[in-house]
Formats: sequence, C-alpha cells, structure tokens
Amino acid sequence: MDESEIKQPNPRINGWWELFSRGARDWLRHNDKVREAVRERLPDIIAGADVVSGGARTLKVPVRMLEHYHFRLRRPDHREGVGQGNVKAGDVLAKPSQQGEGSDKGPGGKDEGGIEFVLEFKVDDIVDWLWEEMQLPDLKARVGKSEEADWAREGWDRRGARSRLDRRRSMRESIKRRSMQDEDAPAFTDDDLRFRQLSKREQPAIQAVVFLLMDVSGSMSERDRQLAKSFFFWAVQGLRRQYRHLDTVFVAHTTEAWEFNEEEFFQVSGSGGTVASTGFVKVREIIEERFSPVRYNVYLFYASDGDNYSADRPQAEGALRGLADVCNYCGYLEVSSTAQRQLATETGGLFKSLGDEGKPAGSFAVSRIEDIWAAVRHFFQQQASEKSENT
Amino acid sequence: MSRSEWRELLPRIEQLAIKAGLVFNPVDFEEVPDTFMMEISVYGLPVRMPHWSFGVRYIYQLVQRRMGNSRLFEVVFPGNPGHAYLANSNSTAENMLVAAHVLGHADFSRNNLLFRRSQQQVGENIVEHAASHARQIGMAIDEYGLQRVEATLDAALALEQHIDMNQSVQRDRYPEYLPKVEVSDDKFRKRYVSLEPASRDAAAGVKQRAPVPPHRERDLLWFIAQYAPELEGWERDIFLAVREESFYFFPVFGTQIMNEGWASYWHARLLREADFLPQQSYVDAIKCHSDVVRPLASGEQVALTINPYHLGFSLWEEIVEEHGLEAARAIMREDDDFSFVRNQLTHERAEKLQLFRYRAESNGQVKVEEQDLSALHEALLHPKYNFGAPTVAAKHVRVDGTLELAHDHKTDGRGLDIERGKKVIEYMQRVWRRPVIMHTIDEHGAEMEFTVPMAPTNA
Repeated sequence: MDESEIKQPNPRINGWWELFSRGARDWLRHNDKVREAVRERLPDIIAGADVVSGGARTLKVPVRMLEHYHFRLRRPDHREGVGQGNVKAGDVLAKPSQQGEGSDKGPGGKDEGGIEFVLEFKVDDIVDWLWEEMQLPDLKARVGKSEEADWAREGWDRRGARSRLDRRRSMRESIKRRSMQDEDAPAFTDDDLRFRQLSKREQPAIQAVVFLLMDVSGSMSERDRQLAKSFFFWAVQGLRRQYRHLDTVFVAHTTEAWEFNEEEFFQVSGSGGTVASTGFVKVREIIEERFSPVRYNVYLFYASDGDNYSADRPQAEGALRGLADVCNYCGYLEVSSTAQRQLATETGGLFKSLGDEGKPAGSFAVSRIEDIWAAVRHFFQQQASEKSENT
Repeated sequence: MSRSEWRELLPRIEQLAIKAGLVFNPVDFEEVPDTFMMEISVYGLPVRMPHWSFGVRYIYQLVQRRMGNSRLFEVVFPGNPGHAYLANSNSTAENMLVAAHVLGHADFSRNNLLFRRSQQQVGENIVEHAASHARQIGMAIDEYGLQRVEATLDAALALEQHIDMNQSVQRDRYPEYLPKVEVSDDKFRKRYVSLEPASRDAAAGVKQRAPVPPHRERDLLWFIAQYAPELEGWERDIFLAVREESFYFFPVFGTQIMNEGWASYWHARLLREADFLPQQSYVDAIKCHSDVVRPLASGEQVALTINPYHLGFSLWEEIVEEHGLEAARAIMREDDDFSFVRNQLTHERAEKLQLFRYRAESNGQVKVEEQDLSALHEALLHPKYNFGAPTVAAKHVRVDGTLELAHDHKTDGRGLDIERGKKVIEYMQRVWRRPVIMHTIDEHGAEMEFTVPMAPTNA
C-alpha cells in the first residue's frame, strides 16, 4: 500500500463532509509522526537503503504503522475460541504450519500494527534534513562566469499559444469592457484574451562537475566498493543542493583508468595492482577535454583502500597536485572494511601532504557503513571552510 | 421505487413498530456518503477528538473496504432524539430494512438497563457532547500546542477502557480523612485499641489523613484526572472527556450480542408485517437480511468466529417463540451479554446453532474441543470482561509521588505484555510526571514489576 494511493481524494464530492475528512487528517498526522520517527533514525535507514543505482529522486522506506499501545495480556501459548459449523470434538480444522509461526515473531507479529506500508521520501528532503542536522554550511561557488540563456516570463500580448492564456487577466479585460457596454454584451470576445509572453534572458550559469574516482583493484572488496558507492551518492546529493547543473563523471582505475557510465561504474571490479596516477591523469584529461575549470566548479572524490604502488608516488604526487590546482576541492575516502589503518597509507600520505601545503584537499577513513555520515560531514565542513578562507 | 421513497414509508414503519410494542425515542434519520459512514465507525461518534490512532484505524477500514470485506448500512446513536446515519449508497429496500433495524436499536437503548444507566450518567446528547469535546481539544491544541495535547491524548485514550462503570460520571474525590473510629465503652476494647499507636491517635480524636487511593482503584482515567501531582486544568478536562465517552461506549460493548440480535429480530419481523411494501422491495430486503445475519461467509463450512448478529438473532427468535414477547422484553430490559448468554444459550440452542469450542495452538493447529456448555459460555464472554482490557488498578502512591499500579493476574489468568505495558507507562508518566510502576507476573508466574525511565521534560 502506498501513501499516495490513499491520499487520492474521492473524485465525486457531493456533500460538505466529503470536503474534509477527519480520518484523512488523523492519518496524515500519523504519517507525520512516522516521518519524525524515521527522521530520527535517518542515517541508519538510508545507509542501508539501495538508493544509489537508478538515480532515483525519491527513497522508499518500508515502515510499520504506529501502534497506539494499550495494556494487553501476554501472548498466550494457546487460545480458546468459539466457532460455528458442523464439526465434532477432536476434529482438526487447521494443521500446524511448517515454521513455528508466532514464536519467532516479535510482539505484534500479526496483530494490528502489522501492516507495512511504504513512505516515499524525496532525496532532496532527506539531504535538507541531513544538512540541517549536521549543521553543514552551503558551499560557495568559485566560478560563475559563463552566461546561459533561459526563458523568463515577460509581459502580456493579445495573441499567443492557448497554454499561456492568463485567465485572471483575460477576465479583468472582459469586466472592463462589459462595464462600458450594454447588459447584453458578450461575456468574452477575442479582444479580451491575454497571453503570457516569454523572452530569452541571459543568466549567469553556475555549473559544476564532480569526478568520482574509484580504485577497483583486486584489493578492493565488494564491501569496500559498497561503502564508496554510498558515500559517493550522498556526496553528489550534497553538491546537487548547491549546483543546479551538476555533471557527474565516473572513473575507475587499477593500473589503468577508464571512464564509465554510472550503472557500469558500480559493477566494475578489476584485478591486479593499484596505480593511482593513472586515475588522476585520466581525470585531468577529461577536465581538459570537456570541463574547462574556467566554466566549471570542479570537485573530485577519490575512494581507495590506500594501497598505491609505491613506485608510482612521484607520478601520483605530480598528477594530484596538478588536479588540486584546478579543483575546488579534492576529497580522499579511505575505505577498508577489514583493517583500520587510519590514513597511514601510501595514498593517505599523498593527500595529507597536499593538505599541508594549503591546497583544498581532505581525507577521511571509513570502515563501516555508519561512518559514511561522519565522512560526508567532514568533507563538507572542510570544503566550506576552505571557501571562506580563500575568498 | 424512487430512492427517497423510504422516507415516505418511514412513518408507516414507525407506526408498525409502536403497534408491535416497541417503545423508543424519536430518531433523526440522515443519509450520508460512505466515506462519512466509515469515519463514524472509526471514531465511534460522528464528531470526535482528533488523534493519530484514529488515522490508523481509518486506513485499516479503507483497506478492508477496498477489499470489499465490509459494508456499513447504518450507524445509530442512542439519545433523545436518537441519531441514525444511513449510507446513501443503500438501495430503497436496504433502507427499509435499516430503518426497521434502527427502531429495534432505539427500543433497546431506551429500555435496556445498562443503556439507561449510562444515559442517566452522560445525558441523552452524547453526539453533541463528543462534538464539544472535540472543539475544546481543538482549542487546547491552539493554545498549548499539538505536541502537548497529543501526549495527553496518548495517555488518556490508551486508558479508555480503564473506567469503573459502578461509579458515576460525576464522581467526587475520596474523603480526605479517615472516618473517626467510635471506640466502644467496653473497658477491654478501649485498652486494646490504645495499644496500637495509629488507632490510639484516632481514639484521641486526631483526624487522620486517608491513604490515596484508599482501595485499589480501577477507574484510572478518573484517578489520574483527580490525583496526578501536576496535572493542568486542560489536561484534566481531556481525561474526563475521554472518560465520559467511555461511559457512553460501555453499554454498546457490553450488550453487543443482545442489541444487534434484538435489532435484527425486529427488522425481520417488521418487514414481514409491512404489507404496504412493494413485493420486490420486500424480497430485496429479506435477501439483505439473510446476508447480514448469516453465520458463515459464503462458501465456508466452518467459521472460527461468531457473527453476533446471527447469534443474537437466533436466540431472540427462540426466546419469543418459547416464552412470548413479554418475557423477551423483560430479558431485553434487564440483561447484558453476560447474563444473556449464560441464561439463554442453553445446551439445545448451542447444539442447534452448531456452536463449538476450539483450541488454537501457537503453531497454527486448531482443534475442536469437547462439548461443555459453561466452558462455551466463558469462551464467548472472555473477551468481554472488564471492557475487554486487563484488570489494572492504581494501588499506591508513594511519598515521592511514584504511582504503583497492580495487575490482577489471578483474574486475568496470565501476566501483561511487557513491551506494550512499558509503552503505556511511558504515556502515563508524561501526564503523571512522576515514575509509574506496574506489578504483574512474568511468563513463569513469578511476581515482577516494570517501569521505564522518565522522559526528560521539555517544558
């Protein structure tokens, strides 16, 4: 059962009591309470939810109806009832079910309160809540140089497409005309009609691109990739809050680097070693080809377990430094679901030295899904402070 | 027959009912949409206080109705005048049947003792009372905020079954002092009494405060309204409003089998005697009747629940046939479901109705049990004890204001559901504003108590 299905108003309204419904009012209040409850546990709920794939703009959370509790007796081990029908003592009317139902279910397994329904949350709302809860500042865009043409409403005309008919204004014209004419004047004439006009306006564009770079070498486990995926999703949502146009570019690397579309990106698994510089170089190439830093705010998030090939250090260092110069921010997420090395890794060292030089870079280590929130908070707080320092 | 023709026929049905000996207050009939019918059945009253739990019930109803499981023909509220709401989707024939059914209810609620007592208590205008409660609570929400009013309603509505019907709606606080002990002149008695310090004071004429509560108090709504340490006036009003509505609901609950049976008996009988009805309407109405009072859903051989309409209807038919209408009316006036079932559901009648007891194990097995009439009675009546709720009473208020509740597990046969119990305690602590503790037994029968930490107050 879907909430949206229930809220649909009755199509035939034929009495004052159908105009408002106490039942629906109290149901909406119930749903608000569910939302409050969900909101309190939000990080847990959405950390587990598979939201990243498909680019869904809403998140469906299965919830249980709230139960208004009363004193009740303990669940009995058996129940006596009265039935009606042609049976005799000893007849078995229902056989024991296969699995020991009842015993393994929690309280209220089948009782009222047992209906599950799905509440749909807008991802935007969730991000708003999270930002509010984590008290994250909004990011400031670095560039907004290019101009972009957009349609804007501007004035009225007597001619136009029917869809742009301005009823209120047309009505006003009609009233004006009729007040000057006889009583039998027609209600509307073509001259009364007014249409909204549109014109093209140049507006400053704030564009951004985020590069999601992931190490898919043999040492990155399925769970590691899952962590990276969750983080990427929420990081992108956070940026979307700020930028109307946000492009996402997915790059994966092992000892080589490739660009993927979103769907493939999270399926990819490679084998063999890790040469991070290939990834950085690939990102740089794509920036130069398609996303000039003059026109775009560029963000990079890199997820890896940190085991970079040590001989790659000079190349990686160089490539990364080059990237840091064109990026608004470079974030490094160290994922290791097994060991907790806390950034004391090859790649961790790279980003640390970058940050020490005052470049807009930061790192965070996660090992469990619950850490994702701390990571998001860390990066966005740091970015915001970078901005305020730089401007 | 036009759709509103039932209204023209209504006076004739009423005449017929009066001639048959029914005695009832006038009833206002109103046709309302199905959606409104559904809300009445959810709230129990046409206009009632807002609370999210009604929203949950509303959705259950909506789902059930979508699945075509239930249809509501009428809802009737006793009073003077009574109010009857008929679904405007009813056909004319259905409305004739429903009108006759409503008159049966009106007769019942005017004459049955339980109803009469309740109406003496809450007056004959419960529909209007409930609407004014709803308005007061709406005003409280405006003044004190939804959160606070909702917290109060959470507690009050959770305890709505916990009233004492043997007390009156307008009930005074306990006497503050113990009655003075009259010491007899007997020398020995005087000496004996003076040996115990507490009674020595009493004997000396010192007034003694009575303990609160002086006895186990089942009327929790009243007790909290009167004795909660820091309850505000508007919160007390909410508790007393819920309590008053519970006094109204009690007879409906306590006589369901009798009352529905009585109304069904009369709709069947009045329709039979209504020679002014067009033939086709009569046939349609009778078909509707048999749908309502059938014991088994179509295609079923055995039902594991009892249709109270059918049970009551069958019993009344037999009673009238065997003992005459006057005897039936006497039973209608004096009984409730407990005495009605115990006295009237005889061995022969139970057999004729093919009633049986069954035992449902938690693993899903359902087995028919031996015939045993009094066990059958108790199995039918068990859900009706104490307004359908566990027997819980306020036992003691400690010096620090902690309220101790006691669950009478001997009466109920087993302990409380602790998870749910804790949630109710949580609701209660928000209005009692001191700890609340419950005594019950665990699954092994050992005495135990439970409570929950006090929620931080956010004033």
